[in-house]
Amino acid sequence: MPHFTKPAEGSWTEHYPGLGTGPVSYGDSISPEIYEQERAAIFSRTWLNVGRVEQLPKVGSYFTREIDAAGTSIVVVRASKDEIRSFHNICRHRGNKLVWQDYPLEETSGTCRQFTCKYHGWRYNLEGGCTFVQQESEFFDFDKEDYSLASVQAEVWEGFIFVNLDPTNTTPLREYLGKFGKGLEGYPFDQLTQVHKYRAEVGANWKLFIDAFTEFYHAPVLHAKQSVAEESRRLSDVGYEALAYDIDGPHGMVSTWTGETPPSDVSLYKPIEQKAQSGLFGPWYPSDIGLGEMPPALNPSGRKSWGLDSFLFFPNFMLLVWKQNWVLTYHYWPTSYNTHIFEGTVYFPPPKDARERLAQELAVVTFKEYALQDGNTLEATQSMLESRTPLTTFPLNDQEILLRHLHTTAQRYRDDFERASSAAAMHA
Amino acid sequence: MPSVLPPQFADLEPFSDWAVPTERARYAKRISSSMDELQGFYDAAFPRIDEALAYLDARTLESLPDDAKHLLWLYCGLMTASFPVEVWRQPRVPDSGAASFDAVLEPAV
Repeated sequence: MPHFTKPAEGSWTEHYPGLGTGPVSYGDSISPEIYEQERAAIFSRTWLNVGRVEQLPKVGSYFTREIDAAGTSIVVVRASKDEIRSFHNICRHRGNKLVWQDYPLEETSGTCRQFTCKYHGWRYNLEGGCTFVQQESEFFDFDKEDYSLASVQAEVWEGFIFVNLDPTNTTPLREYLGKFGKGLEGYPFDQLTQVHKYRAEVGANWKLFIDAFTEFYHAPVLHAKQSVAEESRRLSDVGYEALAYDIDGPHGMVSTWTGETPPSDVSLYKPIEQKAQSGLFGPWYPSDIGLGEMPPALNPSGRKSWGLDSFLFFPNFMLLVWKQNWVLTYHYWPTSYNTHIFEGTVYFPPPKDARERLAQELAVVTFKEYALQDGNTLEATQSMLESRTPLTTFPLNDQEILLRHLHTTAQRYRDDFERASSAAAMHA
Repeated sequence: MPSVLPPQFADLEPFSDWAVPTERARYAKRISSSMDELQGFYDAAFPRIDEALAYLDARTLESLPDDAKHLLWLYCGLMTASFPVEVWRQPRVPDSGAASFDAVLEPAV
């Protein structure tokens, strides 16, 4: 008997037709060809979260992002008080990278009044218009109005900046983010300005790390030692069941219980957690962030034991909203079929005193301990998936529904894109 | 060597090299330490955490004097050092192999 009610079909997985229940192929995680299809069909065509508005505090504030999966580098800039714009990071003269510092392949940020190319001094304003060309009269039939920067669609949702690299895209960001995006609106993300950001290069396909973070089935086993012995035994006997799962178009979410915070029995926690009043689930006594009534997307099953909702906005943006007034985001930026850059960013309210600062520090370093275990396990998975065993499909249980959904969605994007490309070729 | 901590925490001066401003540096210190060193730091700092928090909480976080800031960082270091001592019995996370997870942005204090 499940601890938490499942849909009438008997399982979460069967509630969503089209997911199937059979073993799943992981061929999509070990193939350079499929990765190239994903670059074209997914990363070059969907809304991608590239940052937060707080990173662009004033007019002229900018940052660059290297989006290897879409084969480009972009500049994101606050063009005016209320407008954020994005451009391909390329000078219109002879293709030099426009904005970079010291190392052309590294990301940078800063503030400027205009962008000036390091090569021949061409200048562009914050709207991307070309404002100065060195020795303009030497060019032929030339009008600099024709040489604006190549713009990239950029939109903001709840302070999160997204870009879409497909110039033909007609789906507004809010529509793309669907039910979960709408249901999270009003959460006071802008109050969470204390930021800790981490980065790792991971030797595994990007989907494998998303897999690891969209199921908690592994938690009582892989992370067993991180709980005190008695709690660990209890967790591993019980196993793991989520409170609820939901799927909306390409996006998915899992709603889960956590340890009780603040705990009624502190002996279940390590000495340092008891002293710092914090741990994996966040500070036990967080500052008020003016949340008021919870947005409808949070805690959909309305359980008292609720502690965390984790949303995957396809393809690579995961947003975790914790009961303890903090937020964690994960981004998975593929760099090849078997490597990606993982970014984990923690957002807290600004600590009001040293006690709260220390509680936040313990939550952050605990997250790091878990991430190190998860990351290394992935490389073990990737290497064996790539090995020449006869095993190509793997069973996924009902608590792994979001993995099944992710791989199915990625395949659907590849199939749709291929169909559209071959139709276009036939008409050509 | 001049003292870096508030006078009433002079007993923690031998561990003042934990009082560094970034998690990245504190983590590097952890994995280059022996278990004896980590245990020594934990045994000295853990029993005084309540006093340290009381001392720090009497002051404004945004304008901590340097010695108090050092004390806060030292206790951030204790958070990092607690895992080898309380959980792993070794400086590194077991099974974490060559995996790395580096802070690229942290609060100033």
